Amino acid sequence: MSKARIATIWLDGCSGCHMSFLDMDERLIELADKIELVYSPLVDAKEYPENVDVCLCEGAVSNEDDLKKILKVRARTKILVSLGDCAVNSNVPSMRNPFGVEAVCHRAYIENAQLNQQIPKQVIPPLLKNARPIHECVKVDVFVPGCPPSADGIYYVVTELLAGRMPDTASKTRFGA
Amino acid sequence: MNPSAQKTLSVKTLQINGKDVSAREDQTILDVARENGVFIPTLCNLDGLTPVGACRLCLVEVKGSRRLLPACITQVQDNMEVSTNTETLVKYRKMILELLFAERNHVCSVCVSNGHCELQAMAQKLGVDHIRYPYLYPKLAVDASHDRFAVDHNRCILCQRCVRVCDEIEGAHTWDVQGRGTASLVITDLNQPWGTSESCTSCGKCVQVCPTGTLFEKGRASGEMTKREFLPYLTLMREERV
Ligand code: SF4
Ligand code: FES
Repeated sequence: MSKARIATIWLDGCSGCHMSFLDMDERLIELADKIELVYSPLVDAKEYPENVDVCLCEGAVSNEDDLKKILKVRARTKILVSLGDCAVNSNVPSMRNPFGVEAVCHRAYIENAQLNQQIPKQVIPPLLKNARPIHECVKVDVFVPGCPPSADGIYYVVTELLAGRMPDTASKTRFGA
Repeated sequence: MNPSAQKTLSVKTLQINGKDVSAREDQTILDVARENGVFIPTLCNLDGLTPVGACRLCLVEVKGSRRLLPACITQVQDNMEVSTNTETLVKYRKMILELLFAERNHVCSVCVSNGHCELQAMAQKLGVDHIRYPYLYPKLAVDASHDRFAVDHNRCILCQRCVRVCDEIEGAHTWDVQGRGTASLVITDLNQPWGTSESCTSCGKCVQVCPTGTLFEKGRASGEMTKREFLPYLTLMREERV
């Protein structure tokens, strides 16, 4: 059997979901026989490839770059998994939403900055009006809430998907878990 | 249940999910369902407080009624045919929960009640793994003016347990609700900072019955706010003295 093409991406999240992924420990070795990690912050691929079977997506969609990335991921991926609360419900990144972009940038780059007080206009991608859950931007196939979801939860989701089944995530994890 | 009901109560017979059950006439559908081990999800309801039907999570279908009825405030009637788990109900319950999440800023991961929250637990129990409605992201305040307690309106589901426990059990009626619909807010006294309330006895009952992390003890970090169940004991003691 050919190996499943798996990817992971990291949008507006703290990398905790990726840490939890790594916490699968020795089970990663077992998974390595069944999957090929074709794109991830954990590997070196620079361009998100075509024909990805499953992509685990961490983080909310918070800036223009996140949005571009998730649109590309959706177009090139069969099963898109919202991994963790930021992806599922925009979680901590959404706590800026009630205040508006202008006030948030002012707080971060002017009020709280000691040097070079200015709001960046280049290199750093502009924030979207709200940090949003991924499913508000593109279709999501599997939701895995949790902050972060446990390694056991992620292992369960990945192995179920590899076996061709849709995981029942409510039995393994919840918002805030 | 109701201590004043010393007069003889007649017995009603009805069906829940096709099974014959009997009930006292003063019981609600929820009471009878629970007595018979039938699960109906609830949030605003709390044993020992007058039911108000605020959350609508306990909706059931009753044959012959075109509306869905809240089980916690609907009294039993002879020959009622109640269904508690139809496709429609499962669908509406999820919708109700999702709307509660969409209405305020519920961030479970950083909430004092993470792991001890009835809203969070109910979402998991009913299989709500994401919210299909657009979030409102209202800008809401946190009032930390009280010496020992704080209220974070971002997490309130307007169940009114705090209002009822303060009025019915403590007898202070510090809490109330102002506004309409999604703009409603729980308030203390005449909508003034909690710390300046003259009626508040600082008993903390409201904090203990709040199903979410809205009302909490100061000094609790994320996940540290656990609640004590004291109402069954208080109501029992009071009934015995009647
Ligand atoms: S503060 Fe708590 S107890 Fe009071 S209405 Fe809000 S959620 Fe219910
Ligand atoms: S439990 Fe019946 S309406 Fe809330």
